[in-house]
Amino acid sequence: MRRRLLLLLPLVCFVLLGGFLYQGLSIDPAERESALMERPFPAFRLATLSDPERILDESLLEGEVTLVNVWGEWCPTCKQEMPQLLELAERGVRLVGIDYKDSREKGREFLQGFGNPFEVNLFDPEGDLGFDLGVYGAPESFLVDADGVIRYHHTGYISPQDVERVILPEVAKWRD
Amino acid sequence: MLTPLIPEIGHFALIIALLLATLQATVPLAGAATRRPLWMAYARPMASGQFLFLSVAYACLTASFLLDDFSVATVANNSNSLLPWYYKASAVWGNHEGSVLLWSLILGAWTFAVSRFSRGLPRDMLARVLGVMGLVSVGFLAFVLFTSNPFARLLPNPPADGADLNPLLQDVGLIIHPPMLYMGYVGFSVVFAFAIAALLGGRLDAAWTRWARPWTNIAWAFLSVGIALGSWWAYYELGWGGWWFWDPVENASLLPWLAGTALIHSLAVTEKRGAFKSWTVLLAISTFSLSLLGTFLVRSGVLTSVHAFANDPSRGLFILLLLGITVGASLLLFALRAPRVSQRTGFGWWSRDALLLVNNILLVVMTITVLLGTVYPLLLDALELGKISVGPPYFNALFVPLTAILCVFMGLGPLANWKQARVRDLARRAWLSGVVALVIGLLAPLVYGGEWNLAVTLGLVAALWVVLPLVRDLWVKSRDSKGRRLVGLRRLSLAHWGMVLGHLGLAVTIVGVTVVSNYAVERNVRMAVGDSVEVAGYTFTMTDLGQRRGPNYVADTAHLEVRRGEETRRFTMTPEKRVYLARGMPMTDVALRPGLLRDLYVAMGEDLEDGSWALRIQFKPFVRWLWLGALLMAGGGLLAVIDRRYRRGVAAPAPERQPREVNA
Amino acid sequence: MARLIRAVVLLALLWPALAQAAIEVRDFEDPVMRERFASLTATLRCPKCQNQAIGDSDSPIAGDMRKRVYAQLQAGRSDKEIVDFMVRRFGDYVLYNPRLEGRTLLLWGLPVALVLGGGLLVAWLVRTRRRASSRRLNDEERARLDALLAREDDR
Repeated sequence: MRRRLLLLLPLVCFVLLGGFLYQGLSIDPAERESALMERPFPAFRLATLSDPERILDESLLEGEVTLVNVWGEWCPTCKQEMPQLLELAERGVRLVGIDYKDSREKGREFLQGFGNPFEVNLFDPEGDLGFDLGVYGAPESFLVDADGVIRYHHTGYISPQDVERVILPEVAKWRD
Repeated sequence: MLTPLIPEIGHFALIIALLLATLQATVPLAGAATRRPLWMAYARPMASGQFLFLSVAYACLTASFLLDDFSVATVANNSNSLLPWYYKASAVWGNHEGSVLLWSLILGAWTFAVSRFSRGLPRDMLARVLGVMGLVSVGFLAFVLFTSNPFARLLPNPPADGADLNPLLQDVGLIIHPPMLYMGYVGFSVVFAFAIAALLGGRLDAAWTRWARPWTNIAWAFLSVGIALGSWWAYYELGWGGWWFWDPVENASLLPWLAGTALIHSLAVTEKRGAFKSWTVLLAISTFSLSLLGTFLVRSGVLTSVHAFANDPSRGLFILLLLGITVGASLLLFALRAPRVSQRTGFGWWSRDALLLVNNILLVVMTITVLLGTVYPLLLDALELGKISVGPPYFNALFVPLTAILCVFMGLGPLANWKQARVRDLARRAWLSGVVALVIGLLAPLVYGGEWNLAVTLGLVAALWVVLPLVRDLWVKSRDSKGRRLVGLRRLSLAHWGMVLGHLGLAVTIVGVTVVSNYAVERNVRMAVGDSVEVAGYTFTMTDLGQRRGPNYVADTAHLEVRRGEETRRFTMTPEKRVYLARGMPMTDVALRPGLLRDLYVAMGEDLEDGSWALRIQFKPFVRWLWLGALLMAGGGLLAVIDRRYRRGVAAPAPERQPREVNA
Repeated sequence: MARLIRAVVLLALLWPALAQAAIEVRDFEDPVMRERFASLTATLRCPKCQNQAIGDSDSPIAGDMRKRVYAQLQAGRSDKEIVDFMVRRFGDYVLYNPRLEGRTLLLWGLPVALVLGGGLLVAWLVRTRRRASSRRLNDEERARLDALLAREDDR
């Protein structure tokens, strides 16, 4: 009898593995949570996109729940995302933009063409702040609470559905 | 060019092949179960018919590629009218749909070969073996037809030209690598079918192992060559000179190879000594299961790999289902039908049986380690424990010591007697080899590299410890009873020579890995015309920069004159940076100066805008030994197949001998 | 048709997955530093790519990471500091060498356990089976067998 159980062992192992593989089919291996979740927004000193003389630091994000959006003129998805960001701004969400690996002219052109939902845009031509945020593409969005702690991270495109289903509830959650 | 009907004929042939496979899978198995000779006799003609129609389907797809029929989606996505004809023909398997068709064709070919060369088999055994192979074939042909039809048309608006074959795949290595690999993967279906047939028939004696051994050896040899070709291709084509990345796709090919290596040894024990019966059956099932698992991992997209095919969840699900049914049913059958009583064949501590047992356990641990490392990120992800990566440092950290331990026992194995051996005898036969291996291992790094290096010493000692006892053994055996040398060697069986060659091959590969990992030199340099750099004692001087046009690309070319030390002899190396026109994709074409003791490797990087280019120059000592070793191993496997002892009873024997074989 | 077009687009997007490395020229005054750079860029995984070390990838983020590895090496940071710096930003995912912690216990432990377990198994099998088969030999037979075996060896 013991031997019979032993002979079943390979089957048991295989069934376990098969179960994991089945689950694996519905997992996107490219989707990952940011390493900065629940951590303070990284320190920075950057000029704004509109005014090279105006230098801001991380205290910008304190006091109110803010959605920080990483964008760039070179990024086509960012253009598709703008209507949703405009809607979020309209519905009272504070937005701060990071113009990532861009030139000043291109960045300004972008805002003129697609609208500007951002209270202010940080200009990050070398991608230093983007790097500290662990950004490896655009768009990416970080929700920062009133204490400057990152509470939610959205990789890639924010769709119209995401606005209702994810972003606004998250904002409401961290406002309390 | 639109070629009416060729794809439809191919599609139709594929459907007929599926029907024949279904008959081949059902009727003979039912016949074997109910002892109806006529039903069992179905197996062979169905196998031939299936192979015939698969060949027709494959020929039709190849024709569509050669004739530039861009109304066929597979052709449009993977070929281009500018492509040379030989790349058009190999583009057939440079994509998912075509490669699964090739997989099926090769399965058909193996089935056909078994049906031809197994006349000596008992009728019910052959019926079961072909039936099981038919079952596998049904699964794969259904997969092709229902999820990956290579003949799907892009009508009514076919594109004017195709999207081209990925330039990285436009290469001779890629022409032969996948067929070799599939020959190996699919070849293991034969031993799998034999094992299942033995379980079904309840005849788990040594007979099935004797019949299955040559097939296993051939498949294993093909897989060895396939893996080596893949590694060689990555080495010269990807432009950074790596030869093994522990990528999931590479691991997927290594897994059945490791299990297959264990299987070859365990088959030997079962055949010779009647021991490890259940274990051998389990290994036979596992080896083919790992081939299937590899197919799943590569094509389902559950793991991120550099080599991933375009993925489609429905395909992933289908292969998982196929995998689940095939492997699940086999393992269930194994649990139910494997011998209830463990056998009582005993063996002593230092017997060859015990050493082969250790070898098997180590190879299985290596297999499990590679499998674990490959799927572990997936396991954690499924359990929501975060995303991690498991890469080369992990695999090297475990694989290297495991290989070292394996080598210790490999050196002893061929010296030991079956059943009983005394450690005193073993020590008497092995001590000199050990001492010589140690001395050479300790001195070689001093001579070659100028300073002592622990890793090199360990690698060389391991390799020598595998080879030297074999050499001593041959020396002893070369003497016949009258003391004449060399006469004895002729008496040795080809199977024995196969073993010697196989072990020698592993040692050669180990030497290659050790030396190239520890003594390779890599320099990234900026060079303009007239500049010189020195790398590992070679002086590279850029003499010219030019441009040229190939059939489907344009290239920037650098001419480098290379000189070793103060020698007057010089040679030229011309790396290229190509842009392929159809996809606008830039590609580095590496300049290689191969040699038995070292490769020189130059890759061209970016144009640095001031008349100079970034170049990567590498010195790769002993890198050829990696693949040379793999070829030797494969040669060993094939040599063992030629051995008459195994062909008897498997390859067509004289008819009058048949009854005796059946009774044996 | 729409599905086919989407498949074509998808294919076109996936091809660059198998891409070649960028070649960058960097100066190292110290060969040890060069080694460390090579080893760090070979063991950190590019977060954007399919499955490539940052040293093997030509994606922009891999370039940024190499740049920072180089800068931090020049600034005298240790390997561990540099690796931690990357993990703080990109997570454990960038480590090709997974850390030994609770969730990787099985990953690192199982092979070791299997080797030990395998050793015990061999010992157990040999002991039980040797007893099973060699009990029948008495001393005289034993000696004869040894003599025969010895003759076999000397051939």
